Amino acid sequence: MSTRVRSIALLVGLALLLVFPLVGDRFYVQFFSKILIMTIFAGSLNLLVGYTGLISLGHAAFFGIAGYILALYSPDTAAAGLLTSLLLSVGGAALLALLIGSLVVRTGGIFFIMATLAFAEMLFYLFHDTAIAGGSDGIYIYQRPTLMIAGWQPLDLANIVHFYYLVLFFSLAAIVSIHTLLRSPFGKVIVGIRVNEQRMRALGFHTYRYKLVCFVIAGALAGLAGYLAASQFGVVNPEMLGWHLSGSVLMMVILGGMGTLVGPVLGAFSLMMLEEGFQSITKHWQLLTGAVIVLVALYLPRGFAGLLPKRTGNKTLPPRSKGGTGSSAAVDRPYV
Amino acid sequence: MSEVVLETRDLSRNFEGLVAVDGVSLSCRMSEVHAVIGPNGAGKSTLINLLSGDLRPSAGSVFLRGEDVTGLSSPRISRLGVGRSYQRTNVFLPFTVFENCRLAAQSRLDTSMRFFRQALHYRAVSDAAMRAIEQVGLAQQTDKPVEALSHGEQRQVEIAMTLATNPSLLLLDEPLAGMGAEESVQIVELLRTLASDHAILLVEHDMDAVFALANTLTVMVNGAILESGEPQAVRSNRLVQVAYLGEHDFGSNRF
Amino acid sequence: MDPHIFLIQLLNGVQYGLLLFLVASGLTLIFGIMGVINLAHGSFYMLGAYLAWSLTAQLGNFWLALLSGFVLSVVLGMLLEWLFIRHLYRRDHLQQVLLTYGLILIFSELRSIVWGDDVHSVAVPALLAGSIPLTETLAYPVYRIWLSIICVVLAAGMYYLIQHTRLGMMIRAGASNREMTQSLGIDIGLLYRLVFAFGIALAAFAGMLAAPVSSVYPGMGNQVLIICFVVVVIGGIGSVKGAMAAALLIGLVDTFGKVVEFEIGGFRVLPELAGMSVFVMMAIVLLWRPEGLFGARLR
Repeated sequence: MSTRVRSIALLVGLALLLVFPLVGDRFYVQFFSKILIMTIFAGSLNLLVGYTGLISLGHAAFFGIAGYILALYSPDTAAAGLLTSLLLSVGGAALLALLIGSLVVRTGGIFFIMATLAFAEMLFYLFHDTAIAGGSDGIYIYQRPTLMIAGWQPLDLANIVHFYYLVLFFSLAAIVSIHTLLRSPFGKVIVGIRVNEQRMRALGFHTYRYKLVCFVIAGALAGLAGYLAASQFGVVNPEMLGWHLSGSVLMMVILGGMGTLVGPVLGAFSLMMLEEGFQSITKHWQLLTGAVIVLVALYLPRGFAGLLPKRTGNKTLPPRSKGGTGSSAAVDRPYV
Repeated sequence: MSEVVLETRDLSRNFEGLVAVDGVSLSCRMSEVHAVIGPNGAGKSTLINLLSGDLRPSAGSVFLRGEDVTGLSSPRISRLGVGRSYQRTNVFLPFTVFENCRLAAQSRLDTSMRFFRQALHYRAVSDAAMRAIEQVGLAQQTDKPVEALSHGEQRQVEIAMTLATNPSLLLLDEPLAGMGAEESVQIVELLRTLASDHAILLVEHDMDAVFALANTLTVMVNGAILESGEPQAVRSNRLVQVAYLGEHDFGSNRF
Repeated sequence: MDPHIFLIQLLNGVQYGLLLFLVASGLTLIFGIMGVINLAHGSFYMLGAYLAWSLTAQLGNFWLALLSGFVLSVVLGMLLEWLFIRHLYRRDHLQQVLLTYGLILIFSELRSIVWGDDVHSVAVPALLAGSIPLTETLAYPVYRIWLSIICVVLAAGMYYLIQHTRLGMMIRAGASNREMTQSLGIDIGLLYRLVFAFGIALAAFAGMLAAPVSSVYPGMGNQVLIICFVVVVIGGIGSVKGAMAAALLIGLVDTFGKVVEFEIGGFRVLPELAGMSVFVMMAIVLLWRPEGLFGARLR
């Protein structure tokens, strides 16, 4: 696909997203907001999985904690301030990512997969088994956050159109930030780590620090998504930290095509539309989702992005190079 | 005499009881090429891995310019001005030659925790990368992905990356292995030039290159030093001839 | 703590640990030998428990259910390996995660379609229904003791198989060098099929054994999977010895954590937080030895 066709497609897509709430049905405006939130969430995980090569199965921890922070911070009878609550939620998610990250980033490969999942589940049990924030039933946010500037209220998150545009703004901002990040020296380092971490170390990069910072950035972005999700539905429960959500978002990243900017967008749209469709067919819709996932794993290793026509100067990330001295394969598979 | 850049004392490494490097003491000065030779399995690569921080010594110490660096991690050793190349090409295969060397040069920024400005806009980094590429003679291939290059050219990338980190001590693990004759001559020439202002520890099987370059020659057998000294003196040592030639026939023109 | 209650908790902890070992060893073997991360491993534990429930009802005999359930799981394992898993050996971990996650969803829905979403219980077989009296008021169920013994026998058998038999030698060789094993004329495809089938059958068997002591419920597979991940991270990946040590450790910590109320610096630590204790242990191990207690050192 030529760059021109691509730009036109992007612009048309963007225009559609911009005018959609003016013409679209209320239900779909909300549904699209939900999808856009998931693109932020998936984009944040893509930073880890697609670019740095760290497969996290516990990313919902940061999504959920941000939601819980908003819920606990919101007063029952008044609306929380948008800026303060957003800052608290995202900061809290980043802090949690720093804490968990400093432990799990010490490992790699399959250890990393297991450890991220285990820590996220720990958080799940913390909120599920204790009385903090309503236990297994969760907690309600009775009044959605609002933005107040000197008595003027430009944004009310209870208004679904306001909410849609806020989410659209944040998802575009997230994509632009990730794009900028990837072209920076930091971005070059994380991609280098994905391809050959041992060589990066030999070149003098303290890879632990870079992986940890990347983990924190991804956690903060996931926190942004979690904050928005909590404000959209006004309810937060332990499922928001659970491994089904971690699994789903990982599926979005892989389905869409890892290590590409459009991948998470594609993945979030396709998985959520598919699930929506399946749910209308049968109560056992996860059977169909599972079948699709299995088929993609077997036949579309590069995800749906692999189906798109290739653009000149292939921008998708190459596979991790195998072998090489001291590759992670040797670390991953000791003797029995 | 010039400054001692690298010194090891009784350096050893075991792998589950197996001794790979056994009490090695050697040194390498500025402007010196110290070649280490020995049959396969003599522990030469393990020695390099111990010096570069890829492996931790079981016993003994390593000093860089008199400072004890034993057990430091490979990033820290690299940042002290030690560059190494690998016996088996160990690069970023999907990246271009330029990006491989640019990453190497970027490692000399005080930090890469820079998130906003484009990496390509750091002129000093790009210039250092281009210099290294020109030094090894790969200027024509700059924008090709390394996986598309010939084996010999990939070996040149390996050396260019090492140079792009601007090291004062070079640890070269069989840099000529797998190179064509023409490229070998070019790299030997390059090493001769580099020797004037670098300390070079060279592990190499190509004896013509070793005798063309080395000021000091060390022979390792079974992890330990068998003989070390002036190349011509070592060559004439009968023990070396028996141990080395007896086990491995490198052909009359090689040793 | 009363010494008798202590003894009972100790036995419970060991029994839970041994059961965890059965599930976790299958997970670690499949990873250590085949290099495949099997997220669906917990599903087989859940399937095993439902099989025990359903087959006991059908056949009217727990022992027949156990036997036929085990055979069924081995067959299922070989079928799954042939259908799906064998395509994953040379792929990234990511595709393995993707495919086995898909399998979790599929098994969970199949279970829902075939057996429904209700919680069930399985009666302890008559032969083992009694209890051994410890004091006049306290007794310990025979079934739990028998269960621990079966687990120990299986663990010993596994150790013997891996260390002292030709099959075990093949398994160890396959783990360290796939190409070499192939050149020795060992049918690596068949070997892997057997390892996978045996690995998941262990998980299913553990589920069957657990059915009479715990209830049979839909979420049991995911819960056990996560604890098994903790076992593998603590024990070291691919290490059966490590899995044993870590499983016992977790069994004890978890069991005692649930009955003991600590006070730390004036704060009463609630038993509800016992679920966290195993994760705290994992955090400590990651800080101290990121490669696990029995994993290979990195440098």
